[in-house]
Amino acid sequence: MIYLDHNATTPLDERVLEAMLPWLQGAGNSSSVHALGRAARAALERAREQVAALAGAHPSQVIFTSGGTEANNAALKGVTARLPAARLAVSAVEHASVQQPVAALARAGWTAATIPVTDQGEVTAQAVEAALRDGARLVSVMWANNETGVVNDIAAIAAVVRPAGAVLHTDAVQTLGKLPLDFTAAGAHLMSMSAHKLNGPKGVGALVVDKAVDLEPLLHGGGQEKGRRGGTENLAGIVGFGIAAELAATELQMRRTRMTALRQRLEQGLAVQVPQAVVFGGGASRLPNTVFLALPGMEGETLLLELDRQGIALSSGAACGSGYHEPSHVLRAMGVTADLARCAVRVSLGAGNTEHDVDTLIAALRMQAARLQAMAATAW
Amino acid sequence: MSKPIYLDYAATTPVDPRVAEKMCSFLTLDSGRFGNPASRSHSFGWEAEQAVEEARKQVATLVNCDPKEIVWTSGATESDNLAIKGVAEFYAKKGKHIITSKTEHKAVLDTCRHLERFGYEVTYLEPGLDGMIDLAKLEAAIRPDTILVSIMHVNNEIGVIQDIAAIGEMTRARGILFHVDAAQSAGKVTIDLDKLKVDLMSFSAHKCYGPKGIGALYVRRKPRVRLEAQMHGGGHERGMRSGTLPTHQIVGMGEAFRIAREEMAQENERIRMLRDRLLKGVQDIEEVYVNGDMERRVPHNLNISFNYVEGESLMMALRDLAVSSGSACTSASLEPSYVLRAIGRPDELAHSSLRFSIGRFTTEQDIDHAVELIHQKISKLRELSPLWDMYKEGIDLSTVQWSAH
Repeated sequence: MIYLDHNATTPLDERVLEAMLPWLQGAGNSSSVHALGRAARAALERAREQVAALAGAHPSQVIFTSGGTEANNAALKGVTARLPAARLAVSAVEHASVQQPVAALARAGWTAATIPVTDQGEVTAQAVEAALRDGARLVSVMWANNETGVVNDIAAIAAVVRPAGAVLHTDAVQTLGKLPLDFTAAGAHLMSMSAHKLNGPKGVGALVVDKAVDLEPLLHGGGQEKGRRGGTENLAGIVGFGIAAELAATELQMRRTRMTALRQRLEQGLAVQVPQAVVFGGGASRLPNTVFLALPGMEGETLLLELDRQGIALSSGAACGSGYHEPSHVLRAMGVTADLARCAVRVSLGAGNTEHDVDTLIAALRMQAARLQAMAATAW
Repeated sequence: MSKPIYLDYAATTPVDPRVAEKMCSFLTLDSGRFGNPASRSHSFGWEAEQAVEEARKQVATLVNCDPKEIVWTSGATESDNLAIKGVAEFYAKKGKHIITSKTEHKAVLDTCRHLERFGYEVTYLEPGLDGMIDLAKLEAAIRPDTILVSIMHVNNEIGVIQDIAAIGEMTRARGILFHVDAAQSAGKVTIDLDKLKVDLMSFSAHKCYGPKGIGALYVRRKPRVRLEAQMHGGGHERGMRSGTLPTHQIVGMGEAFRIAREEMAQENERIRMLRDRLLKGVQDIEEVYVNGDMERRVPHNLNISFNYVEGESLMMALRDLAVSSGSACTSASLEPSYVLRAIGRPDELAHSSLRFSIGRFTTEQDIDHAVELIHQKISKLRELSPLWDMYKEGIDLSTVQWSAH
């Protein structure tokens, strides 16, 4: 099976597993759990430092959560809980874990405006400025889109949000570990991250928060994370996140180069062998590993099942939404027709993928394209 | 240097080796089971989803409910938050009064305090000296605008077991929702949600030899309980709790709950014997008080106050025993346990209390060693204690006028 769905989730790096095991097993000796009390605290803080380093943040700004969804919820609900109901603005291409909290806030008296994207899926600083002029107090724009891979210039966006006295949240779940991230330099107020997108374990993430931001906790009780997030810490998961972050920091350049090369191989291969393939957001700055494409006329769901039969695992976009047959809201926001959007499939490369994997995919897509052409030719 | 004897199972339990093994099989690269359970388009996702559903069944089986009624969360703290805030927000138009007890875990109490800032009124019932909630007092507290009662099944500090069956009858008869924090009871006390009129129940994995960072919330379907989700997103868990499901964590919790169901009866017997051994071993010490009802109590817990001994000194003296004074979450503060205060213990006794909690890997040797240590250290500390001298001389300390320096 060739796994090309790394944006959905990634396999755990062996080195991460190794680091997690002692914390997972407790050595089967119950007394070691307690004796490790101080060691546990040290491991927790070490992981915090590692994650902060990759994010370009200060450790004191990092709050561990149960994942990216919780981080997004904590950011949006946390900020709005401490402000009188007003206006907020989110981009048209956000992940459900930003869109849905916003919808919930809209039911609680906040007005939600949508920041449009270009036809390449980018959120421009100008578009954000327009939202600010309309009175937005809180802005949420993702650093990179999970479907198209399109990357936004968060620094440029922060540069217009801050002077307006508004708060900027960015969902960096898909960016961490793929591109250099510098929370401090970029100037966002809040940033969400998730471990399982960078070969870390599921069930753990983090929210980076600028000290100046007043945040109501999402989870009350127990006082953990300096009162910002209640609940016994998932130490094994957090340690895993820390190691995954450290590895990503060390290997970032190498991973980026390797992914970019594979992505280019795919796109160039398609351009030659499957010229009818459409790449969404191809003109924009994108994550090195993501290609959101379509074979016009072939339903994405059908293509996916065919490819799965041939041992290639892709997805039609967000994993969460993969039970539904709605066309991608990201593509619709880019002006793509519903018909074409329904043909979209997402390739997201990652650790373990090779040139052979890419070539196999190209061959499979070429075959599917040929079948499509043949069917079209005989149809009448 | 030998490791301390672990008698703090109520704070957290080590992961059972069988649980750890099962979890690892979902983490390794070559297992092919690392997929996102929500990925519908390939076998990596299907395998993960299947494992999640098996685990859901295992949890449901322990408490005799429908698997569809189990919602995965990141732990009991989140479950408590979801239950209480979820009900409060959904039923706000019906009423804004909540009843709970003073001895609940902070996850419940802090959540209630938070809601009070948003116009909700909360009645905090005081338990009796035995730690039990008086049902007549509960009934008297119910108002026409009461929408939720939240009472924990087993208290984490003193181990007493509340009569949730009776409370459920009362709340159901009045159309009020009933939430139970079962973090300390699942796997220790039989729970039958088919019979109990409980609407919401919080579970924790790491109190039951499972991993930290995973829990569940039981949400009744018949009659249907509605909740305002607290984590919005991809619509996971029937829209009640969004977020990628951590397969390995869930598998771990399922396995832990399966083992609990199969071994509970036998394990409880063994633990009861060990607890009795511990109690017998310290009962001959003067001025020793057990906190909480001895009958309606889980066998795993023994919370004892040693009069005329200062609590922190006691903890330090018993360095070779891993125990707690006060609940783990609040042990950073030097406040006397609010639970012991609530059952009427004066501050001095509250301060000098220790919670011993026994578990799956505790041995007779551990108990005997603990008893020996306790005897040694208590004698020593009392030798040094002027209050103890005064007591021995027959002075009634409550009549003493203490002067400040």
